[in-house]
Amino acid sequence: MTELPATTQKKLGLVIDLDTCVGCHACVISCKGWNTENYGAPLSDQDAYGADPTGTFLNRVHSYEITPEDGPAQLVHFPKSCLHCEDAPCVTVCPTGASYKRAEDGIVLVNESDCIGCGLCAWACPYGAREMDAAEGVMKKCTLCVDRIYNDNLPEEDREPACVRTCPAGARHFGDLGDPDSAVSQLVEARGGMDLMPEQGTKPVNKYLPPRPKQDRAAETDTRAPQLKPVAEDTKGFFSWLDKALDRLPGGASDPDKGGS
Amino acid sequence: MHPAPSVIVFTSLSGLGFGLLVFLGVGLPPVTGWVALVFYLIAYGLAVGGLLASTFHLGHPERALKAFTQWKTSWLSREAWLSVAALLVMAVHAFAAVFLDSVLTLVGWTGAALSLVTVYSTSMIYAQLKTVPRWNQPLTPVHLLSLSIAGGALLAGQTTLAALLLTLAAAVQVAHWQMGDSALSRSGTDLSTATGLGPGTVRAFEPPHTGTNYLLKEFVHVVGRRHARKLRLIALLFGYGLPVLFLLFPGAGHVLGALAVVSHLAGLVVSRWLFFAEAEHVVGLYYGKRVA
Ligand code: SF4
Ligand code: SF4
Ligand code: SF4
Repeated sequence: MTELPATTQKKLGLVIDLDTCVGCHACVISCKGWNTENYGAPLSDQDAYGADPTGTFLNRVHSYEITPEDGPAQLVHFPKSCLHCEDAPCVTVCPTGASYKRAEDGIVLVNESDCIGCGLCAWACPYGAREMDAAEGVMKKCTLCVDRIYNDNLPEEDREPACVRTCPAGARHFGDLGDPDSAVSQLVEARGGMDLMPEQGTKPVNKYLPPRPKQDRAAETDTRAPQLKPVAEDTKGFFSWLDKALDRLPGGASDPDKGGS
Repeated sequence: MHPAPSVIVFTSLSGLGFGLLVFLGVGLPPVTGWVALVFYLIAYGLAVGGLLASTFHLGHPERALKAFTQWKTSWLSREAWLSVAALLVMAVHAFAAVFLDSVLTLVGWTGAALSLVTVYSTSMIYAQLKTVPRWNQPLTPVHLLSLSIAGGALLAGQTTLAALLLTLAAAVQVAHWQMGDSALSRSGTDLSTATGLGPGTVRAFEPPHTGTNYLLKEFVHVVGRRHARKLRLIALLFGYGLPVLFLLFPGAGHVLGALAVVSHLAGLVVSRWLFFAEAEHVVGLYYGKRVA
């Protein structure tokens, strides 16, 4: 049903740490792998080894260059997948009921056997979180790895989204953002977690942790500069004699005729 | 937005077809018999042909009937219901007019109203999208409705009325362009809010992939400003200007009438192409493709 539930018992989602993400794209690959081998239509590629490859991805990593008002420029890697919005516009526009938001945990899913592939839900999503699979003609989106998080066949440590499990930097966290005492909620609280495009009114469940401001190290370089000055200006000993002797040779550094051609 | 030919054809033709049905429903012109048959064939050809074209861009057209289920929330589902209702009611009216030589006034007016609401529901599919600020304005339904009614009047042979309505629709068209041009910057959505990385400057440094993807192909269509201005003039000239001239020509006969229709159709398609091609979806911001 495309009517949104008034409330959901849980608000499962991700917290993505923009300070920690190193932009390795491991989450992109693990997401593609898990969601191709498991629930639903596989995520297809077109012309994968040709000149113009394209493919379906549920998670993509952008990179942005930011220059804060006070502070040096920074490079920020920016993973983006479905934010499982509370007011999900993608759900209400769907004419078939294929798109829905679960009342029990807030996950936004597509029932692929009902989807007519009209694409309207992707039009309605401001974040580019939905992609039509070119081979299957149905809408694909992040499932929050619903087939992992409740999967009793997996060892307990694997019962979290593939992207979270795989991230080598620990930049992705999974949990219940509806519970103020959960680890993810605490993290959001402590680090000033934010919404993307709040003005669109989608009320995203996923939160992003802003990059910590970087120290301006230019000043530090200056304080160390004196220490890098030569310790002895007038040299003596064998190497000093050799240095001067070489300089005196034709083509030597101090030869006024030959030097600096 | 990607100007998909199937969607351009669908919205242009079905808009015209339902516009003509509005006039046939209210008895302008009050036709019966063979003449009525010709009028209804044209109207149904356009409306149904347009609806069929719209199924071409579906990934699974064989499941199209499922689109009737979510009328409570989805404008696309409402459009499905309303268009079928309008076509059925008008079919009764058409049958009576063509074969029984009688005019069922109440049925006709109901069908006309349903036809109007169908065009409105189509326009709301676009106007509801906050993600496309150019469409997300009250003038969008006014624009699509005024075009449909003006085109309907033209097809129905309502010379003076058509000239008047076309002039009105042209004014709305220009206003829609004007408001649309500043819509993205007025929407408040920019790369800073999209990434939460402001204040300061945020610049897209590297896209997620070296190649293109569904999002870029579907949502990020960039038309050069000069190119767009030229096309806008063409749309205004052919869609509105020339047809009005032809209609107002003293003693305008069938030839000029037909010319007016052909010219309007050409202008309409250009206008609709621009409607899609110029519409900026906010997801383009993530790819550094929009200057807001
Ligand atoms: S991020 Fe997009 S696809 Fe996901 S719930 Fe929000 S609007 Fe829907
Ligand atoms: S593409 Fe599928 S899920 Fe999306 S709106 Fe259309 S029918 Fe619904
Ligand atoms: S939660 Fe699962 S489906 Fe969603 S981005 Fe992560 S790996 Fe992909």
